[in-house]
Amino acid sequence: MGNEIAVKMTDITKTFGEVYANRDVCLDIHKGEILSLLGENGSGKTTLMNILSGIYFPDHGSIEVNGEPVVIRSPKDAFDLHIGMIHQHFKLIDVFTAAENVLLGMKDKLKNVKAGIIDICTKYGFVMDPDKKIYDMSVSEKQTLEIIKVLYRGADILILDEPTAVLTPQETEKLFKILRAMRADGKSIVIITHKLHEVLSISDRVAVLRKGEYIGSVKTGETDAQSLSNMMVGRSVSLNIERLEVKNRVERLRVEGLSVHDHMGVLRVDNVSFTAYGGEILGIAGITGSGQKELLEAIAGLEDADKNSSIIYIDPNTGEEEQLCGKNPQQIREMGVGFAFVPEDRLGMGLVASMDIPDNMLIRSYLKGKSGFVDMKISEELASKVVEELGVVTPDLRTEVGKLSGGNVQKVLVGREIASNPSLLMTAYAVRGLDINTSMAIYHLLNEQKKRGTAVIYVGEDLDVLLGLCDRIMVLCAGRISGIVDGRTATKEQIGLMMTSIGGDQE
Amino acid sequence: MIHISKRVSMPKWQGWLIRLAAVGIALLVNAALIYALTKLNPIRVYITMFQGAFGTQRRIWNTLADTAMLLCIGVGLAPAFKMKFWNIGAEGQILVGGLASAACMIYFKSIPSGILLLIMFILSGLAGGIWGAIPAVSKVKLNTNETLFTLMMNYIAIQLTSYFVALWENPKGSNCVNIINPDTNIGWFPAVFGRQYLLNVVIVMIMVVLMYLYLKRTKHGYEIAVVGASKSTARYAAIDVNKVTIRTVSLSGAICGIAGFIAVAGQSHTISTNTAGGKGFIAIIVAWLSKFNTFVMILVSLLLVFLDKGAREIASKFNINDHMSKMIMGIILFFILGSEFFINYKINSVKSEKKEVK
Repeated sequence: MGNEIAVKMTDITKTFGEVYANRDVCLDIHKGEILSLLGENGSGKTTLMNILSGIYFPDHGSIEVNGEPVVIRSPKDAFDLHIGMIHQHFKLIDVFTAAENVLLGMKDKLKNVKAGIIDICTKYGFVMDPDKKIYDMSVSEKQTLEIIKVLYRGADILILDEPTAVLTPQETEKLFKILRAMRADGKSIVIITHKLHEVLSISDRVAVLRKGEYIGSVKTGETDAQSLSNMMVGRSVSLNIERLEVKNRVERLRVEGLSVHDHMGVLRVDNVSFTAYGGEILGIAGITGSGQKELLEAIAGLEDADKNSSIIYIDPNTGEEEQLCGKNPQQIREMGVGFAFVPEDRLGMGLVASMDIPDNMLIRSYLKGKSGFVDMKISEELASKVVEELGVVTPDLRTEVGKLSGGNVQKVLVGREIASNPSLLMTAYAVRGLDINTSMAIYHLLNEQKKRGTAVIYVGEDLDVLLGLCDRIMVLCAGRISGIVDGRTATKEQIGLMMTSIGGDQE
Repeated sequence: MIHISKRVSMPKWQGWLIRLAAVGIALLVNAALIYALTKLNPIRVYITMFQGAFGTQRRIWNTLADTAMLLCIGVGLAPAFKMKFWNIGAEGQILVGGLASAACMIYFKSIPSGILLLIMFILSGLAGGIWGAIPAVSKVKLNTNETLFTLMMNYIAIQLTSYFVALWENPKGSNCVNIINPDTNIGWFPAVFGRQYLLNVVIVMIMVVLMYLYLKRTKHGYEIAVVGASKSTARYAAIDVNKVTIRTVSLSGAICGIAGFIAVAGQSHTISTNTAGGKGFIAIIVAWLSKFNTFVMILVSLLLVFLDKGAREIASKFNINDHMSKMIMGIILFFILGSEFFINYKINSVKSEKKEVK
């Protein structure tokens, strides 16, 4: 790899309100290299790259591209400098075709775009139909299109923000192959990530940010996971997740033949049967969109299950069996089912972003008390308890939840859900987007619940975590159960295969 | 270079100071404009405006009654808007409420006035509530668009009013309803402490307090807030979204219906297609400017009524046409709305320490 410098960012500072997102950050991107930008959540990785791609303008600092000082005021400026960014949340228009999306904002002919897409595909080994509509595309196809979009605009410097978050291990490997092909073509690639093993497998160099400040960069060959995570967190952290032995396993939830169609009539969960036990953590693995969301929402009564489905909840105190199928959330609440649910969409479903912490505590308990008035005292006490016990960082109790950082939002949500002493706790992507410290805190809370005898269902995406935390792992593939494996003996490769084909058989 | 960023927080008094400053600047800009266009002394114009609204006892009470009216509708809109149900059907809800009141005054002359007023209150609320419930039920069951639906309901209410005006026409051939019960004053608000409009103000102030508590402190109010913020969170919280929607919009319509009752029994003592007179739309501004805080609504509706009265006064006194006064009103509103930007964002000038090279 050449040591020629493609981009040189010097003393970049960017503040949001009182918060420094970046503080005097200096970063070099070499030509023809894959650079990993590593850091915890809120360490300023995405902000820094948004500055480079023209979305934010720095408070001060300078940028040089190919040795020339430049001012990047807009994404268009960035494209003119051959810098392109692939965002974590795709910026595509659903009803347009691939080619139309690429064309957006350019003065070009659709015909040329189509030809261009095919050229790029053959050059780097993508597969993409220029006439395919976005709504027909899988997540990985959309990502591919985003990459094609910036390549078509002539990008030599590509920035990918957490590109693997939505991909299976196999898809990730495919993406990496393409990235290597682009590197061989002389392009510079920056990957924003906090997955250490990916950093080690793909990148030439790693630059680490911590709390908005640049910590340093190392050659990937000269480092390992432990020392990288030390750089990231600033001190030595244990990467080992605790797994308690299962004691007093009791049947808590028995799902039989559960099928769910979504409101578009698409079959999302296909004849799923399993049992969750109190005192155990049941992991659910699968590619995003394999029915995890619908499965949990069906159990919570938020999604209608098909006829002949059965969801039996076994009351831990009385041993009574209760059918949850066909009940709406109000009825399930009235039945006194002690379940807690940490949904995937924290601010869209679990919490109200515009409300403060006590008001968010009320979501589960506002009906308490006989009078028509809400008992504000209970919610304030619970809020201060959650803030104190889980170490939520907030200016004060009355701060809107939407203004907290992602990790603190999740702590508020998880704190509220376990405060009800549930007998069944369902979590969907409980640590998505959280840094290592917060993730560890969440794992600890789940283990505490397991110790109490709660049946914990943990829908996750990081296989290392699933294998470290869960007692059993149920793998979903396209809405069906691909298999249920023992978390203590299964391997990552085995689960990865099961995620893409039923039973893990290679076709 | 200018750098705009969101404010983390700002003390309340500072926010009010900015709003006050906005009014001040608006008055200055208006003064310059008035002088430039009409060569009138702006201070005299402002004094005249003030006199138009507060010049005499009678004017003060008229201003208060109009403020109470606007405030009542604003209070009615608050729960629906807080739930993000865009009820722009207040006009219609006022009219059907007013119709119910007028019908009582015309047909139930034999009932003692106190009881009659109570019946009118209930029936007007019921009429407005039903007028609100229709689009709400339709939204819940058929997923119709409430903005269009409530708007269309206004026109139905106007046509309905025309029909009844023709039916109750008095004197014959005038195509309008004269003052109802001018001699017996049956179904009129009684004068309290000798003040004709005091009861209007008292009723509306009670509603201001009750609505404030309802939205901020009750379980219903909490449900409205959650449904308004996110329907999927509401479902997650086991809130029956459909039930809350119908209940809340019915309440909203009922209060607007009661506004119709106050308009007919407490102010005009007659009914016409102009009984609502666009107040149902102006009240939308009241509700939004005050961010659904009913106490802030008092100030906003007073300001709007004051501007309106003042504008009319200068139009007639200085013989300038109507547009001038509308301009004054527009400029003041523009500055008040614009001040919200400075409350939510701060502007720093960034020193460009290095030469920017393009």
